[in-house]
Amino acid sequence: MSDSAVKSTPLADKHLSLGAKMVPFAGWNMPVQYTGILDEHKAVREACGVFDISHMGQFLVSGANAATWLNSMLTNDINKLDVAQGQYSIMLNEKAGVIDDLILYRSEPDTFFVVVNASKIDEDYAWLMAHKPADVCLENHSDDYVGLAVQGPLSSEVFAKVIPGVTLPPRNGIANITLDGQDLIICRTGYTGEDGFEFFCPAADGVAWLEAFIAAGAKPCGLGARDSLRLEMCYPLNGSDLSPEKTPLEAGLGFFCALDTDFIGVEILRDQKTNGLSQRLVALEYTDKGAPPRSHYKVHTPGGDAIGELTSGVLSPSMMKGIAMAYLPVDYTKVGTLLEIDVRGKKFPAIVVKKPFYKKA
Amino acid sequence: MHEVLENLLYSKDHEWIELDGAIGTVGISDHAQAELSDVVFVDLPEVGTVIAAGDAVAVVESVKAASDVFSPVSGEVLEVNEELANDPSLINSDPYGAGWLYKIRLDVPGETDDLMNAADYEEYCS
Repeated sequence: MSDSAVKSTPLADKHLSLGAKMVPFAGWNMPVQYTGILDEHKAVREACGVFDISHMGQFLVSGANAATWLNSMLTNDINKLDVAQGQYSIMLNEKAGVIDDLILYRSEPDTFFVVVNASKIDEDYAWLMAHKPADVCLENHSDDYVGLAVQGPLSSEVFAKVIPGVTLPPRNGIANITLDGQDLIICRTGYTGEDGFEFFCPAADGVAWLEAFIAAGAKPCGLGARDSLRLEMCYPLNGSDLSPEKTPLEAGLGFFCALDTDFIGVEILRDQKTNGLSQRLVALEYTDKGAPPRSHYKVHTPGGDAIGELTSGVLSPSMMKGIAMAYLPVDYTKVGTLLEIDVRGKKFPAIVVKKPFYKKA
Repeated sequence: MHEVLENLLYSKDHEWIELDGAIGTVGISDHAQAELSDVVFVDLPEVGTVIAAGDAVAVVESVKAASDVFSPVSGEVLEVNEELANDPSLINSDPYGAGWLYKIRLDVPGETDDLMNAADYEEYCS
């Protein structure tokens, strides 16, 4: 992608003044780190960090048939959602491959707030529009909001300092509030494995809110820490761990697929469930110190052939050990299976472990 | 501004070399370690390897990325900094001292003429 096509969030200048290193990500100029990934990772695990997530997309879906239609487009069962609740769900193509993974919140009985990946906003919107009945309204509000993910064990204290008197919604919940004339959306969700919330405000007010969360104790954190935090939890990243060629069952996301509902791709998933999978996304951990695993490194049997490649990998800042995920033939996916990861011709032993890598003490 | 030491020579790829006769000690500059941040792993050449100037001889890895280190000179690797296996962050905390990478016996006279002195390197980084 050429530089001219790279977009900036309304917070870009603020990031620079906070000392951020900026990198292009999913078509956006984003902070990868401020003081350092290890620092920022630790802040989120032990205290509180704040991430710019304005690059992510927001859709509003409404109408008397919105729920029925969304249930035909997404893997999870929307009927399990009460008003003010959210759920993780997946949108599949006709081959049951992943188009996008997203979070869907029921703001009102017939109105849904949908948060999608930055790199997939246009594709998701086009796919949904192409399948949408006339009586459902779909709007892309991705440019209207600044999004901030405030994450970490102290995030509720930070929230209480910044917005006193308002109660955070419960886990996975959403609250739409109006404060001094500003419409705010607060979701008790995140991508780090820690308590926290995702906060959406009008784009023009974003810098002031970011400053307020920082003043209340949240450390600015970049995409580097966001990636290491999510990988420690085995949360997949679309485009790396998820792809149009892999099904959510292969990705280990069966919990979010309601196979008793009818959605695009469901027959293939039912068939996979009945007949078994040929490959699975596994969690691999180094058994010793070694060069950090990274995406596309090959996975080998001990002393033998390549059987797959890493979709994600990092030196886990919490465990100071290499962690990675890879799609492997099912014969090699059992917990305890010993394998090797090839880093520049050197083989580092790794073991298949239970997800997630990181468990709170 | 990052620190640039007077007594060293610098490459365009941000390696430094300290010369002691025909023996050189090589590392990466303060500027380079700051760009990388948090070094978590270092892959060093084997002692006895004969390398050419410009060869990718070592890899310095941060959480986010792996970066090649290119040898500023040709010669035989005499010694590598074993301490880095235990504590790769020495490259961040002391890039010109305890964070050195390897020592090399220079085989090609005049090769160092292409390297920058401290003033030129400072200019190059700005």
